[in-house]
Amino acid sequence: MKARAEALPTQEMLINMGPQHPSTHGVLRVILRTDGEVVVNARPDVGYLHRALEKIGERVTYAQFMPFTDRLDYLASMNCNAAWAWTVEKLAGIEVPERAEYIRVIVCELNRISSHLIAFGSFTADMGAFTPFLYAIRERERINDLFEDICGNRLTYNYVRIGGVSADLPDRFLEKTKEFLDYFEPKIPEYNKLISYNKIFVHRLANVAAISGGEAVAYGLTGPNLRGSGVSFDLRRSEPYSVYPKLDFDVCVGTGERGTVGDCFDRYMVRINEMRESVKILRQAIAQIPGGPVMAKVPRAFKPPVGEVYFRAENPRGETGIYLISDGTVNPYRLKLRAPSFVTMNIFEKVTKGLMIADIVAVIGSFDIILPEIDR
Amino acid sequence: MEPKAIFEAVKGKFGEAVVELQEEGFRPAFVVVSPESVREISLFLRDDPAMKFDSLMCLSGVDYKDRFAVAYHLHSLEIGHRIGVKAYLPREAPSLPSVDGVWPAANFQEREAFDLYGIVFPGSKDLRRILLPEDWVGYPLRKDYKYPEFYHGIKV
Repeated sequence: MKARAEALPTQEMLINMGPQHPSTHGVLRVILRTDGEVVVNARPDVGYLHRALEKIGERVTYAQFMPFTDRLDYLASMNCNAAWAWTVEKLAGIEVPERAEYIRVIVCELNRISSHLIAFGSFTADMGAFTPFLYAIRERERINDLFEDICGNRLTYNYVRIGGVSADLPDRFLEKTKEFLDYFEPKIPEYNKLISYNKIFVHRLANVAAISGGEAVAYGLTGPNLRGSGVSFDLRRSEPYSVYPKLDFDVCVGTGERGTVGDCFDRYMVRINEMRESVKILRQAIAQIPGGPVMAKVPRAFKPPVGEVYFRAENPRGETGIYLISDGTVNPYRLKLRAPSFVTMNIFEKVTKGLMIADIVAVIGSFDIILPEIDR
Repeated sequence: MEPKAIFEAVKGKFGEAVVELQEEGFRPAFVVVSPESVREISLFLRDDPAMKFDSLMCLSGVDYKDRFAVAYHLHSLEIGHRIGVKAYLPREAPSLPSVDGVWPAANFQEREAFDLYGIVFPGSKDLRRILLPEDWVGYPLRKDYKYPEFYHGIKV
């Protein structure tokens, strides 16, 4: 036995996972140092998609930056659009018509569902179950159709404007959305039956990379990743913006249902439950939406007053914060995009120590990162 | 706590190191501090029972043309208040202590400020370029940045 152990090479091995790897959700490179199949150290290397969006932002006008926010988190473009608009409106003190705010909330929540569907689908696919991905794409297709009705685009919408939205809702949009909700809501328990409580799936996720609440806060995790650790914090509730105070919903948190609080399974489950909450919000918003204009009066050569503002919005991947400095000209002086996935990657090296290589895939999937947002 | 009260409390504790309160036109308001005291003030803001700023929302480098600045946006989940902390730095060799020992969330964002502004954070556990390649020359988000014509023989 001893002789055999000596014959086997036992030194640590350096492996490149990515930048082209099916489970890294884009061009993420992880430099793995492994001892057999155990990860000694996993260091993320990001920046492959860096486009200097912040520098571009200093050269375009406030309105012109809107399409660039589409490319920030392309699975939740509406949310990024709206976050930018809310930031600028907060800086300039623009009053947005109520109908426009409701429309924004409707498209944001639809986009949250579609983003969580991708998170659910790709995560389960990473874990070796391909069917749920097809289900997720099937449902997401209907949301894409709705968005196509609204603005003609299916991925990068550029729909929200500073002061409102680019166009009022098309005919029958609210009915179609309602039809979609009636169709979609029963699908969530179906997903749970199909995969969520599957024994193999649970075994892959439970007790893997558990993050305590305190740790999650200290490392700046936000959104479902923070709530997965049992911290009940949702910006829509804690720092309400837009018309969210008028809407009733529950903040979903991880409970350690199948293992430890804050493990991969909890983060996964928070997203599944949040889709149901989004349906709830959408139903209320559809019932409450008033008539009226959808655009405030914003001058063409828009110059906000000198000042600095930090606004953050609850996006599907967490807190998208924008630190905006205006010097009173038509261009932003400085805009910093605080992308949730970027900050989340900070904890990656810490939580992956001592895991198996296959668990790395589970961790990446459970964080639901998106690379264009990390690299900006 | 209101920004004014936070400013008074920090001023009372650190005196000269706290320069001013930027309130008009700033949301949230900024407590401007001297760069060398950033770490101590951060520890105070995190640990003091009346402050409890356990969450670093955002850390940003800024180029104000005549000087640089690092802005910290803090939030307390427990108390629910927020404040900004800002330290101005000279254009020549900008440097201030790292706060990644205070809020681990700072590490990536400090690396970003180092990468794009060339601001150095002594005491950081790992300060390398993050978004740009290791061998990139210059700091692109500086206002006086000159775009390179070539990178490894490829026209940019």
